[in-house]
Amino acid sequence: MEYYLIVSAIMFFAGIYGFFTRRNTLAILISIELILNATDINFAVFNRFLFPTGLEGHFFALFSIAISAAETAVAIAIMINIYRNIRNIQVKNLNEMKW
Amino acid sequence: MDFTILILILPMLSFLILGIGGKWFKPVDAGRLGTLSLSLVTLLSYLTAWFYFTAPRTAEGTYATLMPYNFTWLPFTETLHFDLGIMLDPISVMMLVVISTVSLMVHLYSFSYMKGEKGFQRYYAFLSLFTMSMLGLVVATNIFQMYLFWELVGVSSYLLIGFYYTKASAVAASKKAFIVTRFADLGFLIGILLYGYYGGTFSFTPDAMSLVTGGAVMLPLALGLMFVGGAGKSAMFPLHIWLPDAMEGPTPVSALIHAATMVVAGVYLVARMFPLFIAYAPDVLHIIGWVGAFTAFFAASIACVQTDIKRVLAFSTISQIGFMIVALGVCTSMNPHEGGLGYMASMFHLFTHAMFKALLFLGAGSIIHAVHSNEMSAMGGLRKYMPITHITFLIACLAIAGIPPFSGFFSKDEILAACFEYSPIMGWVMTIIAAMTAFYMFRLYYGIFWGKENKELHDAHTPHESPLAMTFPLMFLAAITCVAGFIPFGTLVSSNGEAYHIHLDATVAITSVVIAIISISLATWIYMRPTQPVADMLGKRFARLHNAASHRFYIDEVYQFVTHKIIFRCISTPIAWFDRHVVDGFFDFLAWGTHATSDEIRDLQSGQVQQYAFVFLLGTLALIVTLLLTF
Amino acid sequence: MELTFETIIFYALAIFISVFSVMTVCTRHIVRSATYLLFVLFGTAGIYFLLGYTFLGSVQIMVYAGGIVVLYVFSILLTSGDGDRAEKLKRSKLIAGLGATIGGAAIVLFITLTHKFTTITDPEPIETNIKTIGHALLGSDKYGYVLPFEAVSILLLACIVGGLLIARKR
Repeated sequence: MEYYLIVSAIMFFAGIYGFFTRRNTLAILISIELILNATDINFAVFNRFLFPTGLEGHFFALFSIAISAAETAVAIAIMINIYRNIRNIQVKNLNEMKW
Repeated sequence: MDFTILILILPMLSFLILGIGGKWFKPVDAGRLGTLSLSLVTLLSYLTAWFYFTAPRTAEGTYATLMPYNFTWLPFTETLHFDLGIMLDPISVMMLVVISTVSLMVHLYSFSYMKGEKGFQRYYAFLSLFTMSMLGLVVATNIFQMYLFWELVGVSSYLLIGFYYTKASAVAASKKAFIVTRFADLGFLIGILLYGYYGGTFSFTPDAMSLVTGGAVMLPLALGLMFVGGAGKSAMFPLHIWLPDAMEGPTPVSALIHAATMVVAGVYLVARMFPLFIAYAPDVLHIIGWVGAFTAFFAASIACVQTDIKRVLAFSTISQIGFMIVALGVCTSMNPHEGGLGYMASMFHLFTHAMFKALLFLGAGSIIHAVHSNEMSAMGGLRKYMPITHITFLIACLAIAGIPPFSGFFSKDEILAACFEYSPIMGWVMTIIAAMTAFYMFRLYYGIFWGKENKELHDAHTPHESPLAMTFPLMFLAAITCVAGFIPFGTLVSSNGEAYHIHLDATVAITSVVIAIISISLATWIYMRPTQPVADMLGKRFARLHNAASHRFYIDEVYQFVTHKIIFRCISTPIAWFDRHVVDGFFDFLAWGTHATSDEIRDLQSGQVQQYAFVFLLGTLALIVTLLLTF
Repeated sequence: MELTFETIIFYALAIFISVFSVMTVCTRHIVRSATYLLFVLFGTAGIYFLLGYTFLGSVQIMVYAGGIVVLYVFSILLTSGDGDRAEKLKRSKLIAGLGATIGGAAIVLFITLTHKFTTITDPEPIETNIKTIGHALLGSDKYGYVLPFEAVSILLLACIVGGLLIARKR
């Protein structure tokens, strides 16, 4: 079972690296998708190997997929709006909420 | 006697009303309100005096000391407490009469003297404040109440001297007055505290039982320190420097405060503590007497060469207060028949001096009003233009010189008699000073009313007699000066309270009158004519002395030197440096440190999401590691 | 470990996922990034199939690969196209990101590998046919998920409305 977890860990930290490093906001959102998927794999794996008589992890992963889909949709809508306003979606331009 | 509380409340009310609501009053109405309240106060004072002195005497033959009001304000122990109240005894009732009369005259006079001045309402408000403070001072039931009103009097004096607050010299003078008297009041306060501790009480009558051990030894020190406070207010040497400068205030103010009432507060204090002085500190009393004598001589010599009429009168006041202090200082017992005469003499002189000095100042105000200048060079030959002022001024000069039948003769005579009783030296010294008094007063008189007219000034603006509001007080006070000498003062006020019938000591009386007449003749010979060759010759012969005297013997320069070169440079400047650089610097450093730290921390909130996530991850990892290590 | 078909498939999928997820975040072209994401999602679906959760895997493909990635590609093409060659990454950011990532990975892997998971392989795994899933999803008994189901549907509605509102033309 641990090997599945290693895979998901690699995917998770790849997503984190991408979150820190990418300049394009959409690339950051892609990295977030990676992170979410990694956690879904984790839930499925725990369900299969530690609690095979129940389906909790399965449903949790299901709902997680649904929710991340919704969240992605809204995030992309926001990005589109930002693009309309500043013609640019580099994350370094989005720093108004500071001191 | 319960109505006596109104004597304090009425002026306080008029001060509050005029002070707060002054700008809604027309100036004339403000003046009327102030004068009305003060006339009521005067009436009540006379009523109090009438009831008090016509009441039957007690078994010892004294007047009873009444305390219609006395409530404890701050209790410390059973015997040690601050009280507020009203105490009526012969000298306080006499002072009530003096203060209210002079104040009423000043109120009436100011109607036309201060007409058209900006701040008319403020002026009357301050006059009411001053009157209330002085009245509270004299009816004080214990030393602390006296101190409280003492300070109030100082504040009112400051406000009134600095009335023309746009003039730099007036502001400086009011500051000087306040600071010098405040400095003296430090001694007063220490004296009060010592007295309270060692005497066991703050009232004026500590019984011998309540004296703490060592009290009998410390009381002289306490009383001496209290006298220091009195010396400041009464302008004794060397704390006299504020009084000549205080002439920057309006002339009616000078009449009220610096002639008749505030400056006698020190004398009143010594008189109040007189039984204690005699019982515990007779030597201190004699030292006080010598201080007074020196001051009187010093001031008289300066007054001989001053050219500003108000300055002459100011130094004359200092000199006369010296007389009063000397009279108290030469007492050796409570019995007026043997050694205690000075008490009565001092109080009598206080009474008569208040009247004729106020008259002199108000007359000077009338003259200044006419020629618009304080200097004697602008005056001369004014007797043709201002008859009423002339006659009343002459009456006052004769009184102060000690010519019978005016009041000054009687009071000064008693003082000289007391001085001769104590020691012949003191007696002759005071007689010489009395001669000097006559001399410079008549120099002043001739310089104003006789002598050479200042033609250019008179062509530009002919001097005229003052209106009735100003001449009526002059006449009233002149009338009092004429008859006050015949009041049987000793029956009312004497050192042990029993009636003392004044009898004129023939040798002393004749000596003083003769010497006074000689001085007056000398002054007449030197100063009456338009040209004054003798004066000029004397001035050239004793040029250095003359110079020194007109610079008031450089005492102000000494003070300036001590304060600026020594205190400011050696003590204040390092302390100020320390305060500014070390204390403030420490706090500035704290502020700078906070600022710098916050500048650094501020960059944490850069608005960059990736940085936030980075910090978030680091925090989470740190938490995990911590949990790992602790489990 | 015996070399069954399952393990081979697993290793293939593992390598596939790892490589492509790393390439997703390292490539400079954003469209390629989206494509690699697509591959990663396919790999994830494969993992689900391997674990026996066919329904989950199908949902994954349908929603993620079929919906989300399409959405991403659309938005990429709408906003920047492929002409956006951003400047080179700052050194400090690279080092910081790399350091945090490697550190985090180390810690997590350490915890994962040292923890003693008690795997239960003996009991019969539950049947994951549609009937069971359906009953569980819409059941209101103790292990029923009707409440989260309804909540998620409301959430989806809200997201639809929100998305519409945000992105409408003014």
